[in-house]
This record gives sequence, C-alpha cells and structure tokens, in this order.
Amino acid sequence: MYRLINSLLLTIALAMTHGAWAQSFPNVGRTATSAEIAAWDIDVRPDFKGLPAGSGSVLKGQQVWDEKCASCHGTFGESNEVFTPIVGGTTKEDIASGRVAALSGNKQPQRTTLMKLATLSTLWDYIRRAMPWTAPKTLTTEEVYAVTAYILYMGEIVPEDFTLSDKNIAETQKLIPNRHGMTAAHGLRDVGGKPDVQASACMKDCAAQVQVKSSLPEVARPAHGNLQQQNRHYGAVRGADTLKPVLVHAMGDGSRRDMVVQTAATTTAATSDAAALAKQFGCLACHGIANKMVGPALTEIGARYQSQKDALPKLAERVRKGSAGNWGNTPMPAQTQPSDAHLTQVLNWILAGAK
Amino acid sequence: MTEPTQRRGRLRKAPENYVDDALASDITGKGLNAERRDFLRRSFLAASASMAAVSSVATAATAEGDPSILNLPEHSVTLGKPVVTNPYGQPSKFETALLRRESPGLTRVGAASVSFAPLQGLFGIITPSGLHFERHHQGWHDVDPTQHRLMINGLVKTPKVYTMDDLMRLPSVSRMHFIECGANTAMEWGNVAVPSVQYTHGMLSCSEFTGVPLSTLLDDCGFDRGKAKFILAEGADGSSMTRTIPITRALDDVFVAWGMNGEMLRPENGYPLRLVVPGIQGVSWVKWLRRIEVGDEPWASKDEALHYVDLMPDGLHRQYTSIQECKSVITTPSGGQVLLDKGFYNITGLAWSGRGKIRRVDVSVDGGRNWRSARLEGPVLDKCLTRFNLDWVWDGKPVILQSRAIDDTGYVQPTFNALRAVRGTRSIYHNNAIQSWLVAESGEVSNVQVN
Repeated sequence: MYRLINSLLLTIALAMTHGAWAQSFPNVGRTATSAEIAAWDIDVRPDFKGLPAGSGSVLKGQQVWDEKCASCHGTFGESNEVFTPIVGGTTKEDIASGRVAALSGNKQPQRTTLMKLATLSTLWDYIRRAMPWTAPKTLTTEEVYAVTAYILYMGEIVPEDFTLSDKNIAETQKLIPNRHGMTAAHGLRDVGGKPDVQASACMKDCAAQVQVKSSLPEVARPAHGNLQQQNRHYGAVRGADTLKPVLVHAMGDGSRRDMVVQTAATTTAATSDAAALAKQFGCLACHGIANKMVGPALTEIGARYQSQKDALPKLAERVRKGSAGNWGNTPMPAQTQPSDAHLTQVLNWILAGAK
Repeated sequence: MTEPTQRRGRLRKAPENYVDDALASDITGKGLNAERRDFLRRSFLAASASMAAVSSVATAATAEGDPSILNLPEHSVTLGKPVVTNPYGQPSKFETALLRRESPGLTRVGAASVSFAPLQGLFGIITPSGLHFERHHQGWHDVDPTQHRLMINGLVKTPKVYTMDDLMRLPSVSRMHFIECGANTAMEWGNVAVPSVQYTHGMLSCSEFTGVPLSTLLDDCGFDRGKAKFILAEGADGSSMTRTIPITRALDDVFVAWGMNGEMLRPENGYPLRLVVPGIQGVSWVKWLRRIEVGDEPWASKDEALHYVDLMPDGLHRQYTSIQECKSVITTPSGGQVLLDKGFYNITGLAWSGRGKIRRVDVSVDGGRNWRSARLEGPVLDKCLTRFNLDWVWDGKPVILQSRAIDDTGYVQPTFNALRAVRGTRSIYHNNAIQSWLVAESGEVSNVQVN
C-alpha cells in the first residue's frame, strides 16, 4: 500500500512537470472540412458573394409559389392574413428613382416586403434559409431563383418571361424599387454613436403644464385579459379587474387597510390539450379558432362536419393529404407532422366545437 | 347564522376564491363596510364547512386578534415534506399570476411571436429563467447538446468546428447583462396601446450568462486582423437567424454563452449555445448559435434589411440600428395595478443603458415638473439592469409617475415627444422614452402619455 501511494505521488509529480500555462488551446476544436463549410455557409451578401450559380424562371416560380407559398402569403403575395404582404405599394416611378415614395410622410397603410427591400440578395437569402415556413431550407437552388423571380414579377419589376440567374442578378438589383432607401448614418450602430436627442436633467419646475395626451380607450380595457390575475393577490398593490369598468371611487383614509380578502388568484383557464396541439402543429397559423384566416375557423369546420358520420376519417385524410375547394380556392398543404393519436385528438376537439 | 368571530373552535382555511370576482372587485373599489364584511364571514363559513383544497387563509381581524395568529395554521402543527420532494424546485403553488404572456393581436403566428416578462412583480435585477421573455422567428427547438456544433469560418487561418465539449473546456467568463428586444415599447410610438408594464416593457430580461469570449475563439482560428471588419452570427433554427456585428464590438465584450443563472440556457433562450452581445438589441444575441463567419462587409440579412429596420419620417430606413439606449421604467406602481390605500409606498423600477452603467435615476410624481433622485440598489453594472427605489407617501390625489435614467456617458432618457420629433411614430424600434403612469383617486394606475 505504501509503495502504491508512493508511485502514485511520483506519477502526479511527473505529470505536473509536463504541464504548462496555456498560450493556446491544444486538442480543443478541429479544422472544419470544406464539405461542412459548404453545408452551412449559405449566406449571400449584397455584393452577391456566396450566391450559387443557377437560374429560375417566373413560370417555374409560379408553380413553386402556388404549391408551397400561396397558402400563407396569398396567390398574389398580397395576403395580410398570416404574414404582412410581400407585394404591393411600389410603382414604376419608384423603380426609376430607387426610392419608394409611399414610405415618406405616413402615406402607406402598411409596409410590404417589396417596399422595404433594398438589396435583392436579402430576398434570395431569406427564401433560401427560412422558407417555406414549415420546411425551411428545402427548396432547390433553381426554386429559390424562381420564387425570387416570381415575387419580382408580381411586383411588376420584371416581365412574365423573365429568368433570374447569377449572371443577371446584379443588373436586376438596379431595378429594386427601394434600392436607395437604406441609411446607416445614425448613432445607434455602436456604443460610441451620437444619440438623436440630448434631453436635459432639469430637476425643478421643468414642464409648464402637464396634460394627458393619450390613454387606453375604455374599449381596450379587457384586451389583455384580466390584469387582476396578472398581479399577485397580496403585496403592495393588486391587479385591476379589467373585466369590470375602471374604478371611480376616491380612496378614503385606510379604506382598504382591512383588505384581507383574497382577490382571485386563478390564472385564466388552461387551454385544452387539443388546442395546445393545434397550436404546436401550426394549425392555428392558418385557422383561427373562431375566426376565418387563410383557412376557415375551426368552429366553422366543426359546425359543418359534426353531424356527419364519417367526419373524423374524412377530415383526417384531408389533413394528411392536403385539400382544396371545400372552403375556397386556397389549398391546405398536406400535414404529416402530427401522430395519428394527436391528429384524432385535435379533430375530435374541432368536431366538438373547438372549445 | 352564528357570528364566526365569537366561535372558539378552530377556524379552518378557506379554499381559494371563495370570494367571487364580483365581491372582490366591490371590496377593491369601495372598501369593506359592515354589509360586505358580513357577507365575507358568511361565505367564509360556508367555505370552511366544505373544506375543499387548502389555500391561504382569508381572515377578518377581530377584537380578539387576527385568526391567522390566534389559530395555529396547519404548517405549524404538522410535519412538513422531506427533501427532494421536488428534485427540480418549482415556484409556490400560490404564485400563479406572474407568467410570460403574449399581447393579443400583436402577432398572428405563435412561432414568430413574442412573450413578455411580468416585470410588474419581479424583484431586484435578475429575471427568473422561466420568466425570461421569448422572441422566436421560426419557433423554438430543444436542441441535443451532444449534436450541437459551432463553426467559425470566413477570413480565418483555420476554419474550425467546436463541440460543446470543446467550448466548455475553454476559459469562461460569467457576466450579468440585460437583453432587450429592439421592438420593446414599440406599440407605444403613436399613442397608448397596452395597459401594463408587462406589455410596454416586458421584452426585457437580465441574467448572469456564462461562456467563452468570442475574441478567444476568433484568436483560436487565427482571424485576419487586417481584413476583418464584421462577423456574421448564425443560428441553427429554421430561420437560421443571422446578424452582422462590427469586429470591434465582437472583440470587445461579446461572448458565446451556454450558462444562464447558474444552469444551462433554457431551450426558449437558445439552449445549448447563444451569443451574448451586451448593450445591443436582443436579435443580435443569436440563439442556437451554429456559426460565426468573419468578413469584410455587412451581410444585410433578412433580420437587418427587411425586419429590424427603423422607418424615418423622410421615408429612409435606418439599417443596423443596434444600441439599446438609456431607459428606465417604474414597475410598481405601474399600469393595471391598484394601490391598496393612501400612505406609504416604495416606488420601484428598473434602469439600463446599452452604452454603459446607470449613473442616476430621477423620479417625478407630478408628470415631469419636479424630480427627485432615487436610490440605486447595488450592484450597478455595465449594460445591466439597475434597480431603483424611492420612498413615497401617496395623499390620495391623482398623480403621474415617471422615471428618467442617466447613464455614465451623460445621456439623459428623453421624452416621447423629443424622440418623435426626430424619428416620427413609425420607426417601431428603439423606443426608450420616459414612461408615465397615472394614479387615479381610486388608486387604479393606468398607462398614459403626457405632452
């Protein structure tokens, strides 16, 4: 035993003589292979560094669009249901000037993607890395070129027979309506930047007159739920019961000193498990529970099918394979993600009225 | 009906909510009078008789004393639970009110949305990890840390790949910083739009993060000091969030973090790896960080060329707006709260600056005419939340509460109107204006904007 300890100590002593204070990090990390870099380094800069060779036509773009994009963005890229519109708000004059006129002076009700877009690389890279919404990075290079071309076509920036490619993308950039619409001349880029305003730290008699210029309208009082349930039911303050009208009684001396009553501390009723599943699997991206969005409201679906005997398998098949024409022209893409059990749970919930 | 206060028997605890909303509100609004007091007692008795779920005691003090004192509660006369009843501890069952919440109607898709931290009830400066605000651009995932990789490429001598094993061997730092979404307070540019501090300012959180300085990793790859001007940070999620960061900032206090408040990052906050970019808007703190590229020009990626661009009145968009300028807000009393009574209150709130430390916070109770400096509670750290407190006695008259922070560059938090004069009302991002809360005579506090 003594010998063993001795030899251990010797080993440790030897090891210690071999240590060194680190100047670098041997055996930490390894060199990336070129295939690995190619797999991940997909970004495209405004000077088109990183753009893969290839091309895609407006016609091809329309096919991809109708199949994979229109359900969220609308047939003409105009939909304001799921996301803000992609197309609209730009003019021939804007293409000539490189500035979207509708952006100045609060003239636009809403900013579309093409109104904001200054660098075509951004649109290409956006589609390449993040679209389609539920299956990002699954488009081929040709499809990315094609969808980019189709969006420009819908914005009346390129003609119907146009094909976008790595060869003509720099020329096409010169047509982008808001290409001169960005500025980096401001003080918010880094720590040392000059602020827009320098307020004074006046301490006494600063404002001549204080007037309330804006407050929440009464109609918006319950819009964020009952704030009573969003504050503790004990402590220095309580939450206001925003399901009731605003309190009007002035406070008396000590009027609430005895207030040992527990105000309601329950949270809003937990949404049902099925509703949570519907959210998780993206159903609610296109269907409102009680309101029509891209697709019909879940309550509408329930109302239409609940009396039908084979409603469950029928609806399950439509969800699995995709469907169109029952509620309008916008197709619903095939949904493979939910398990059969989850799908059944969600459909039963819908057929029961989606409550 | 027996008068409960004269009973000698042991009072039992009442189930939660035996007072219905209507009565609670009535009492909140008008105080306790004899009639309401009596009704309370009767409902209390009824509830006691049924003895449903045990909850906190709701009592009415009597001449003899407070039943909460006179009648020893269950927890004083019984054996408590053993250790490891909860191997991972959870908040008390009574703490159900403070949750991350969405602002209804703000976004239309839950996977590209935001949930707000409940600032109205948080203490100190550290945000509990489970209440940290969320912002996802294409949903969140729980990423297997053994499969996660960080790649560094571009203008480097050796492009490298690091596993979590590699990264966690490296020399790490632990620092406390705030993170604020560039769109925090965005809904308020034109007018009051939301009722409480959770929704006006809740895209704000603060944690102690642990990780390895980005400069260490860039050095390890031998980045090109001559040519490198920017880095690109990229996430591993569906949106593969990308943001350009100037190399000077990247080499300063930016780090690649895995730790948050002593444990690993939460999945919603980028588990197992995210970038920490102190002082800069949250979108640059790329979550599920998979790649850093070193380059010589900015990338104009989707979240810095189509989103996160600030529209100015002249129609130009400001690009690469990043700094979260000096800002503060009173968290109690704040919108949607009701004061219990006239008398003493601690006005408390948070202040922060993306340019440095908080030097001073002033508080006004008259809508900005007169100000008093608040106490800054320690620690006061660089690009970190700072808690301020101020003693105050409310006389029952309507007042407008404001706070105004000053950072160590001398910058003073501006008014709404000063900001609007330069930026208009449609720039969405970087709204750091002074917040006003109106305390009405009833004690109810609401969100207002003043001239």
